[in-house]
Amino acid sequence: MVNRNDDRKAVNCEQVWHEISNYLEGDLDLALRAAMDDHFLTCKNCKSVLEGTRNVIQLYRDERMMEVPAGFGRRLERRLTQNTRLSRSGWSTWSAWLVPVAALALIAGGLRLANSLTVSYPMQSAHAQPGHDIPPDMLVVVSADAKIFHVPGCDFIHNKGRVRTLTAKEAIQQGYVPCPRCMRKYLETASAGHSALGSEASADLDGDDGLDGGQ
Amino acid sequence: MEQLRFHAHRLEEKSRVLRGGRRDEMAEPIVAVQNPEQRATHEQALIASVQRGQNELFYELVRPYERRVYAAAFAILRNETDAEDAAQEAMLKAFANIRQFRAESRFSTWLIQITVNEALMRRRRERTVVMEGIDDRREEEMDYAPREFADWREIPSEALERKEVRQKLAQALASLDRKYREVFMLRDMEQLNIQETAEALGISVASVKTRLLRARLMLRDLLAGGWEQGWFSHLPFEKGNKPW
Repeated sequence: MVNRNDDRKAVNCEQVWHEISNYLEGDLDLALRAAMDDHFLTCKNCKSVLEGTRNVIQLYRDERMMEVPAGFGRRLERRLTQNTRLSRSGWSTWSAWLVPVAALALIAGGLRLANSLTVSYPMQSAHAQPGHDIPPDMLVVVSADAKIFHVPGCDFIHNKGRVRTLTAKEAIQQGYVPCPRCMRKYLETASAGHSALGSEASADLDGDDGLDGGQ
Repeated sequence: MEQLRFHAHRLEEKSRVLRGGRRDEMAEPIVAVQNPEQRATHEQALIASVQRGQNELFYELVRPYERRVYAAAFAILRNETDAEDAAQEAMLKAFANIRQFRAESRFSTWLIQITVNEALMRRRRERTVVMEGIDDRREEEMDYAPREFADWREIPSEALERKEVRQKLAQALASLDRKYREVFMLRDMEQLNIQETAEALGISVASVKTRLLRARLMLRDLLAGGWEQGWFSHLPFEKGNKPW
């Protein structure tokens, strides 16, 4: 432990180990960083821990550590080529199975069948709106203790520390409703048209068009 | 020196887009390449082209990241077949959503986040998840003290050319608990930042930092002995002489 200057604070080995990861991240205030630098000058063990931890990060970050199974690249290329050639970007994975689903629905005599194939969850609030024209694959975030999904970075996410990302389609299927702030444009275009998501996720949700208008 | 090498590595990663042509399954050696801006611009141009409907360029766009995507899926699913399928599916989701990609985030980060989401969704679906709740908190409150103080100086990058070294590192990583392994994987291997790692896994920033610290220190303890025994330099690893 070193205290070369009275106005510089000193740290012990335990404190150094506790902060060593933040030290390597550059995520420390200047005073603590300076104190740790002082400590490393005289403590051989902590210096060794620092160098070893740095080596660990350097070794694992090397792409050679990421081995893929033989033929992985070739199989990926084949699958991507097959799937992207036939479809337009923004509409690929869904259209692949939407076409047969739509055909089935027509043969069976209407959208009733499509409705029976999907599970719909009750809306969480009488004021909740299902949203329209939300791209099914759009990535949205939900937090652990709320039932609303948001555009990532929305200011109104309830518990930003515990969010997970999923697609809009999954969020709707799991009973989440769009945030009236960041997803507003999807609420206001309710009557504008029939969205892919609206028809495929739940016909029940489509029936709530009348709730349009924002909050 | 370390910083230079790190910089060179990042440049090399970006440069793959420009070089075109097929890349081997094995990674190429680290080479410093000129003109990173030009390469970044090329990636942006590729993204814009695919967004406008030039679908055939999509594989060229994602090819530099195929290893990282697979590794992220494997870290979560721990099964080669599942990881490969999840990686392919994640790429297709990225393609389907390419118009929603905004230039303010890194393309690689966006791709990895989609992959993590896909892999986590599959794991939830398989119901193989053991709930981690109270245990998490108890463990993360305890400080981890290093046990190994072997002098472990700079490691030659060539060490990674040797398969047994890569295997030792992979074994050490696989021996960590899932929560430590996943955070370490996303932050230190996939190079997401702390916030992005937290968002991808749906945990707090504080948890990421705590788990990262433990993961790094545990790996250092597991591997520091290997340095003393010389298997990072030139000596072959001898049978029955395990460093951990």
